[in-house]
Amino acid sequence: MPLDAFAASLFKRPMQTLGMAVGHGVRCLSQLAELPELHQMMRQTCRDYAQKELAPIAAQLDKDHKFPAKQVKELGAMGVMAVEVPESLGGAGMDYLAYCLAVEELSRGCASTGVIVSVNNSLYLGPILKFGTEEQKKQWITPFTTGERVGCFALSEPGNGSDAGAASTLAQQEGDEWVLSGTKAWITNCWDASATVVFATTDKSLKHKGISAFLVPMPHPGLSLGKKEDKLGIRASSTANIILEDCHIPLGNMLGERGMGFKIAMQTLDSGRLGIAAQALGIAQAALDCAADYAHKRTAFGAPIGKLQAIQFKLADMALAIESARLLTWRAAMLRDAKKPFTKEAAMAKLAASEAATFVSHQAIQVLGGMGYVTDMPAERHYRDARITEIYEGTSEIQRLVIANNILKEYQQ
Amino acid sequence: MSARVLVGVKRVIDYAVKIRVKPDHTGVVTDGVKHSMNPFCEIAVEEAVKLKEKKLVKEVVAVSCGPQQVQETIRTALAMGADRGIHVEVSGKDYETLGPLQVSKILAALAKKEQADLIILGKQAIDDDCNQTGQMTAALLDWPQGTFASEVNIEADKLKVVREVDGGLETIKIKLPAVVTADLRLNTPRYATLPNIMKAKKKKIANVKPADLGVDVSSRLEVLKVDEPPQRQGGVKVETVNDLVRKLKEAGRI
Repeated sequence: MPLDAFAASLFKRPMQTLGMAVGHGVRCLSQLAELPELHQMMRQTCRDYAQKELAPIAAQLDKDHKFPAKQVKELGAMGVMAVEVPESLGGAGMDYLAYCLAVEELSRGCASTGVIVSVNNSLYLGPILKFGTEEQKKQWITPFTTGERVGCFALSEPGNGSDAGAASTLAQQEGDEWVLSGTKAWITNCWDASATVVFATTDKSLKHKGISAFLVPMPHPGLSLGKKEDKLGIRASSTANIILEDCHIPLGNMLGERGMGFKIAMQTLDSGRLGIAAQALGIAQAALDCAADYAHKRTAFGAPIGKLQAIQFKLADMALAIESARLLTWRAAMLRDAKKPFTKEAAMAKLAASEAATFVSHQAIQVLGGMGYVTDMPAERHYRDARITEIYEGTSEIQRLVIANNILKEYQQ
Repeated sequence: MSARVLVGVKRVIDYAVKIRVKPDHTGVVTDGVKHSMNPFCEIAVEEAVKLKEKKLVKEVVAVSCGPQQVQETIRTALAMGADRGIHVEVSGKDYETLGPLQVSKILAALAKKEQADLIILGKQAIDDDCNQTGQMTAALLDWPQGTFASEVNIEADKLKVVREVDGGLETIKIKLPAVVTADLRLNTPRYATLPNIMKAKKKKIANVKPADLGVDVSSRLEVLKVDEPPQRQGGVKVETVNDLVRKLKEAGRI
C-alpha cells in the first residue's frame, strides 16, 4: 500500500496538468490544432481590420505619438473594446480565447492599438467585471465598451513595480469619502483615459493585505497627470504618472472588500498577462511577415536570400518561437475559459511570447540587413515595440518566479 | 414594407493572393489558397443590410452556389446582417464549369420560390470578371435591371438607381421587382461586429440542389487552356517620326 501510494504520488502531479487538458474532452485538444468556426471568423475580421485600417497608419501614429481615437471607436463598435463583457452590459460576450485572438491580430497591424485594447479589456474592465457590484458595473463598465472611453490600471509606483505589495499610495477614510494621496507610475492609456482602477494602502500595518482597490473618474479634482513618457516603442499609447493629491472619492468607489486590493491586482494581472502575450505574438508575427517577404524579394549571390540556409534557419527558429508561444497562450486562455487554474500557464505564455517577440524582431532586422535599421521598413518599429513586452504586466523575471513557485508546489513533499 | 431581398455572394480567391496557373494549364491553383467573399458581393450585402436598417426591406437572404466551403461565405454575409442563407450545392466538375448562365437560372428560380422583391448582386466577380449574372437573371425573370449602381433609393414601388457608365452618371427609375448590381462606390462594407458574428452562428442556412430548382448546371462552354498573361517586353526608343513609322511597318502593325 505505501509503495502504491508512493508510486501514485510520483505520477500524479505532472500528469495533473496533462489530465486537465484531456479531461475536458477532445474538444480542447482539437481546439489547439484548429480553432472553432466562430473564433476563425472573429480572427479573420480582426485581421482584415488590422490590415486595412491599422497597418497603413501605424508608422505615422508612432511618429506622431498619437492616440488612434477614431480606430478605437471603430473597434468599440465591433465589440473588441469589451470582448468578455456580457452583452447585457454592452460587451461582445465572447470568451478569453476570442479576446487573445483579437489582440494578436490587431497588434500585428499596430502594437500600440493592441495594448490600448488589452489594457481596457483586461486591466480596467476585467477587475470591475469580477469584483464590482451591479451598480459599479453599470457605471464603470457600460460607458467603456463603445470605444468612446477607455480605462487604465494604476498599480505601479515610482518606488515599486515588481514589488507590488509595497504600495505607498495611501487611502484614508474621512467621513463618507476616501482621500487618496500618492503617485502612480508607468500608467498605460492614462492621458486618454476616462477612469482608472487605483491601488492604495488602507492599512499599512497589514502590509500587502492592507491594500485596497478604488475606482476614480478622470479627470477628477486631486488627480493630475505627469508628463507623457517619451518611450522607445508603443508610442501611440500614452504612458505617464498619475499624481493623487488629496483626491476625494465617495465610499462607494471602493472595488471589492477592504484589504482585497493585492488579490484583485494579482488576479487581474494573471489575465492581463495573456493580453500582453497576445500583443507580443502579434508583434512577432508582423516581424516574421516582414522578414519572410524580404527573403523572397531580396537577391544576393545571384538568388533570393530565402535560398540561403543562414536565412532559412533564422526563419525556422522565428516561426517556431511564435508557434510555441501561441499554443501556450491559447491553452492558458482555454483553461481560464474552463474556469480551471491557469496562473502557471499564463506566466509561461507571457514569458514565451515576449521573449519570442524580442527574438523574432531582432532577427527580422538581421534578415533585412541595412533596410531593417531604417524607418522605411516596419522592422525597426517592431523591434522597438517588442522590447516592452518583456517588462510590463510582470517582468520576465517575475514570470519565472511564478512558474517556479507553481512547479515547486506541484512537487511538494 | 414587406420586401424580401435576395443577395448573391460568391466565394472567390482573395484579391491579395498572387494567382498561379496550374501546371496542366486547365485552370488556376485553388487548393490551400486563401478565399474570401467577392468584394462587389460584400458591397451588395452591405446595401441590402442598410436597406433593412432603414426599414425599407424586411428580410435579407444570402445565397451562394458551390461546395461545402461556400457556407463560410454565407456565414460572413450573416455576420454582416443578413437574416438567413441558402446554400445551393454544386460540387466537383459541375462547380468548375459553373458560370453566369447557370447561376442566373438558379437565382431566378430562387427569386420565384422565395418571392423576392429585389435581387442585389455584385457587378462582377473578381475571378472571371464576367459581368453577366445580374443582367441574365433580370432577363430570365423579365425584371428591370439597374446595373453598376453607385446609389440606390427606394421610392414607393420604384427604385431610383444612379449608374456609373462610361459617359458619367446615369439616373434611372425602375419598377420593383428588379435586379441591381453593385459597383465600387455604392457603399463601404462594414466590418462584422463580434456580437453579430456570434448571432450568425444561430441563423439558418438551408441546403438546396440545382435539380430541386429545376436547373441544369451542365456547361455549354469548355475551357481549352489557361495561361499566364504574356510577359511585358521592353520598348524601344526611336529618334524620328520616320523611324517610328518604319519600325511599326516592320512589326507588321501598320
